[in-house]
Amino acid sequence: MTETSMPMATAAPVQPKTPSNSIFKHARYVVAENPVTGLAFGLFLLIVLCAVFGPYIVPYDPLATDTTATLQPPSLTHWFGTDQLGRDIFSRVVVATRLDLVIAVSSVALVFVMGGFAGIAAGFFGGWTDRVVSRLADTIMAFPLFVLAMGIVAALGNTVTNIVIATAIINFPLYVRVARAEANVRREAGFVQAARLSGNGDFRILLLHILPNIMPIMMVQISLTMGYAILNAAGLSFIGLGVKPPTPEWGIMVAEGAANIISGEWWIALFPGAALMIAVFCFNLLGDGLRDLVDPQRRT
Amino acid sequence: MTNTTLINDATVPLLDIRDLTVEFATRRGTVQAVRNINISLAKGETLGIVGESGSGKSVTSYAVMRILDRAGRIAEGSVMFSGVDLRAMPESQMRDLRGREMSMIFQSPRLALNPIRKVGHQIEDVLMQHAQAGNDAVSEKAIEVLDQVRIARPRERYHAYPFELSGGMCQRVVIALALACRPQLLIADEPTTGLDVTTQKAVMDLVVELTRERGMSTILITHDLGLAAAYCNKVVVMEKGNVVETARSETIFRSPAHAYTRKLMRATPRPGISLRDLLPEDEAARAALIAETPVVVGEPPLLVVDKLVKEYARKDLATTMSKLFGKKPAVVPDAFRAVDGISFSIARGESVGLVGESGCGKSTTSMMVMRLIDKTSGSITFGGEDIGEIPARNFATLPQRKRIQMVFQDPTDSLNPRFTAARAIADPLLQLGGIGRGEVRSRCEELATQVGLPLDLLDRFPHQLSGGQKARVGIARAIALKPDLIILDEPTAALDVSVQAVVLNLLQDLKDSLGMSYLFVSHDLNVVRLLCDRVIVMRAGQIVEQGPTQRVMDAPEASYTRDLLSAIPHPPI
Amino acid sequence: MLATIGKRLVTVIPTLIGVVIVTFLLTRVLPGDPAVYFAGPAATPESIAEVRKSLGLDRPLPEQFLRYVSDLAHGNFGNSLSTGRPVITEIASRLPASAELTLLGLVLSIIIAVPLGILAAVKQGSWIDHTCRIVATAGVSLPVFFTGLLLVYVFYFQLGWSPAPVGRLDAFASTPPHITGFYLIDSLVTGNFESFRAAFAQLILPALTLCIFSLAPITRMTRASMLAVLASEFVRTARASGLDDRTVIITYAFRNAMLPVVTTLGMVFSFLLGANVLVEKVFAWPGIGSYAVEALLQSDFAPVQGFVLTMAVLYVALNLLIDILYGVIDPRVRLEG
Repeated sequence: MTETSMPMATAAPVQPKTPSNSIFKHARYVVAENPVTGLAFGLFLLIVLCAVFGPYIVPYDPLATDTTATLQPPSLTHWFGTDQLGRDIFSRVVVATRLDLVIAVSSVALVFVMGGFAGIAAGFFGGWTDRVVSRLADTIMAFPLFVLAMGIVAALGNTVTNIVIATAIINFPLYVRVARAEANVRREAGFVQAARLSGNGDFRILLLHILPNIMPIMMVQISLTMGYAILNAAGLSFIGLGVKPPTPEWGIMVAEGAANIISGEWWIALFPGAALMIAVFCFNLLGDGLRDLVDPQRRT
Repeated sequence: MTNTTLINDATVPLLDIRDLTVEFATRRGTVQAVRNINISLAKGETLGIVGESGSGKSVTSYAVMRILDRAGRIAEGSVMFSGVDLRAMPESQMRDLRGREMSMIFQSPRLALNPIRKVGHQIEDVLMQHAQAGNDAVSEKAIEVLDQVRIARPRERYHAYPFELSGGMCQRVVIALALACRPQLLIADEPTTGLDVTTQKAVMDLVVELTRERGMSTILITHDLGLAAAYCNKVVVMEKGNVVETARSETIFRSPAHAYTRKLMRATPRPGISLRDLLPEDEAARAALIAETPVVVGEPPLLVVDKLVKEYARKDLATTMSKLFGKKPAVVPDAFRAVDGISFSIARGESVGLVGESGCGKSTTSMMVMRLIDKTSGSITFGGEDIGEIPARNFATLPQRKRIQMVFQDPTDSLNPRFTAARAIADPLLQLGGIGRGEVRSRCEELATQVGLPLDLLDRFPHQLSGGQKARVGIARAIALKPDLIILDEPTAALDVSVQAVVLNLLQDLKDSLGMSYLFVSHDLNVVRLLCDRVIVMRAGQIVEQGPTQRVMDAPEASYTRDLLSAIPHPPI
Repeated sequence: MLATIGKRLVTVIPTLIGVVIVTFLLTRVLPGDPAVYFAGPAATPESIAEVRKSLGLDRPLPEQFLRYVSDLAHGNFGNSLSTGRPVITEIASRLPASAELTLLGLVLSIIIAVPLGILAAVKQGSWIDHTCRIVATAGVSLPVFFTGLLLVYVFYFQLGWSPAPVGRLDAFASTPPHITGFYLIDSLVTGNFESFRAAFAQLILPALTLCIFSLAPITRMTRASMLAVLASEFVRTARASGLDDRTVIITYAFRNAMLPVVTTLGMVFSFLLGANVLVEKVFAWPGIGSYAVEALLQSDFAPVQGFVLTMAVLYVALNLLIDILYGVIDPRVRLEG
């Protein structure tokens, strides 16, 4: 979220000169300052590439079994080896990216809209809106979150859609808390009072003055919860919820390889597990980097 | 204790700073916060270091104590304390000196104390560290120290946590901490900032009395030239990391040598001068004499406030319980009156000051008149209409909104960080001004010129502007709709004095050229004196006195007004 | 102090009501027929109707809720379909296994993370600070089941230091008598060191897995809050008064820095209870998590419902404990509350 994407339709004549350019410069500066953020960004691009083009570039059909080549260790023909059914693990890991990412992105998008707006409304209006939203968030928070997600998927039915819904619900309190606290701080801020004096109604104040100032923090929140959403979804499929075999998905692939660990076939679980770890690691690093990027106080 | 031998000889200065340079490592390279400064302090002497923000005055004191944060370091020069070079001293010996030979009190006393440790124990920590008392006697000694800083019932206060004490009381505890081991040097860094005027005076008097009776040397670091001159023998003026002038305090007001000192001195509000006198000589000459706008008499006043009351419900368990069970009437009333039945009026073209200490209800009053919060009872008549009856929620979009505007206390907080200066000024124009899109820019530029904001700054964001520039943007926004009344809520409290001088003059000029009325909310009587025709003094939600500024200042009727006036530091002129 | 605890206990009541309502709603209001869930996958229409009647699902919702609450009050969590045994006895007998594992994981984590966080803050920019940052970022990124498998591979398959991951005790050790249900404590109390060693050998890897998982948030929070406190004005005052490093860091900085860390512990425990389910599956640990997972896969809903409720109640109780601890550290909460 930058000044350019802010709703500024009413202020066409007083648009800032080239904020997008300065944002780009600042981004380059942040990357130069902190190469780790650059690395995270590179990983992010790789993940997106795998998610978009994965099925077209992999060497084997991720579902094709081959009884002549079961439990092969990594080699030139099978980079990550093969599993009990002789399926190529490299192909499966790459193809799984899309499903894992889709689950995470859709649950985060869902909770961002629901939790973000509920939290901002609660923080800005206070009163009964605040009481209802906060009580709801507190009740969800009273459960250990992963346990609640298990319960929700069990009750709603064992499907991928319900994994998305459960992941969104358990993230709801986190978004409400951040958005509510940020909106609440700004409710009494001088510039909000000034906006009132300038004749802005509540809705305009919320949309033009509060929301754009909260966006940076919400973006950081999104990046950090993306990692958590991936872990959560993978955890659910690890215990056998949501994704059904033989669909390639990182969590379920680790579960499939778990039994082979004690007999020494490490590669079946290791590669999907490592992919999972890298994806989460990347989003966590991006979250930290993003915090630097969008903080207007630190922009020079 | 320490094996360092401090030379106790009257000819050796207690503190001798030579060629001191302090550097800070920042993201943009090394920055010199203090450059080759020389300061010397004799035994028993009181020295004031005066400067505006960024002058390096606090950094100097941290360098002396060697408590610079990790980014800062002493690059050059020496700091001699009783003939011993502090720079060469190992940290363990330095630690022995701190608190025992030299100590420091900071601004914001509440933050300077450990919030979760009893104040008595915090004093004991210092006493024990410097072996001033044995285990058995230490608590008695701590109580004695509390008693010395005039804390009533020290035996009880010993067990208090900082949050249970008032701001003034906390500062006394901080002073007690600093003086517990009877050091030779006390450094006081803005010790009265954030305290009310009357408390300020009590704290300063206490510091002076205690240090004097113990023959201590004191360094007072402040932005307030008046305060420094009133309490110190000698004054050092700093600007941008350099010492520009060192002089005895009697001479610094009478014949300041350096141009910066003159500017600073002139900008300090004090009795017997006019607004124009605040500006540097050359600019004051250029500025036209103040054309006194006649206060329109005879006509009905612009604003009449009558028996205005604002109550806040007390929300504690006891009152809820007693309400629920309805056993007996609550001992305390279940509402707190922030504003308690006040009445006043403002004529067209008049400028009225609303003065009082924190918590007196002046801000609540201004918010009600501003129609940002609703009153409990009473009436607010503006231009013949009772606007007090219109709910604050609906007021924002009504045409009346145009006629009352406000300049806020903190220029940074009052600007949306994501709006450019031009967008901020344009906001009221677009919402209520009824101007087409095309004209907005030219009107913005017109307003910017009016408040003296360079046009090339219009496309900057708030964090790219200085404090004074942000204040100008706030003022431009307030006058954009040509209001009849502007409420100025401590508009210069966050600014340096030299910027304050310019902004006050700007406000005066705008009032004259646009024919507005001002309600000027402030705690600073010296500033109110310069800008206001009439003054209202508030205390505990009520008006204790109101009248023409000259009369109230020269012959106050209420004893509280007299207290306020006498608490202002009087520099020797 | 007692009054504060009393007041805090009162605020737990609405939370508990919320928890009970949610676990109730999970089965009754969400789409799908609860009778079908409770009857299990192999049910006929007749058996479903029978289940509906026996569970009172043909009654109006408020009445069902009252019945659910009264069942809970009598300790009746329903019966498991697959084993036919009451859920409550099953959970009660498996709870110590989960509790022992989770608590050991948390304790290990606190012992490592808090000093690490403090050192990282005090020696900002040093190698220990960098280690701390790597631990913090890598730790939150590691899927807990993956860590568990890696540890098994390295310490069981490669090095052979630890026994096969097959539960709380290997086949040759004798189960200690039931006193607390915690094998480590029970075997020590009865002086059965052979069992203690065996139980410890089984416990250490899963506990370590949980420890690694919770290390990151605690280290991160300790470091951040220590840094904030070290930069605060009262620490500067303490230094300017010449207090020595130990007093400044322990008495002044650390106690204040602990406040946000204690709050974080609540969040960490929430994650740990979830992670516990995954770790139990990896190590075939006979706790309530693996009980719930088995039931889940057989669409046996009563155990899952009982498990969710038990976990929530445990978590609410722990949060209560944390609040009380907070009050002990912070006089502002204690005296104003």
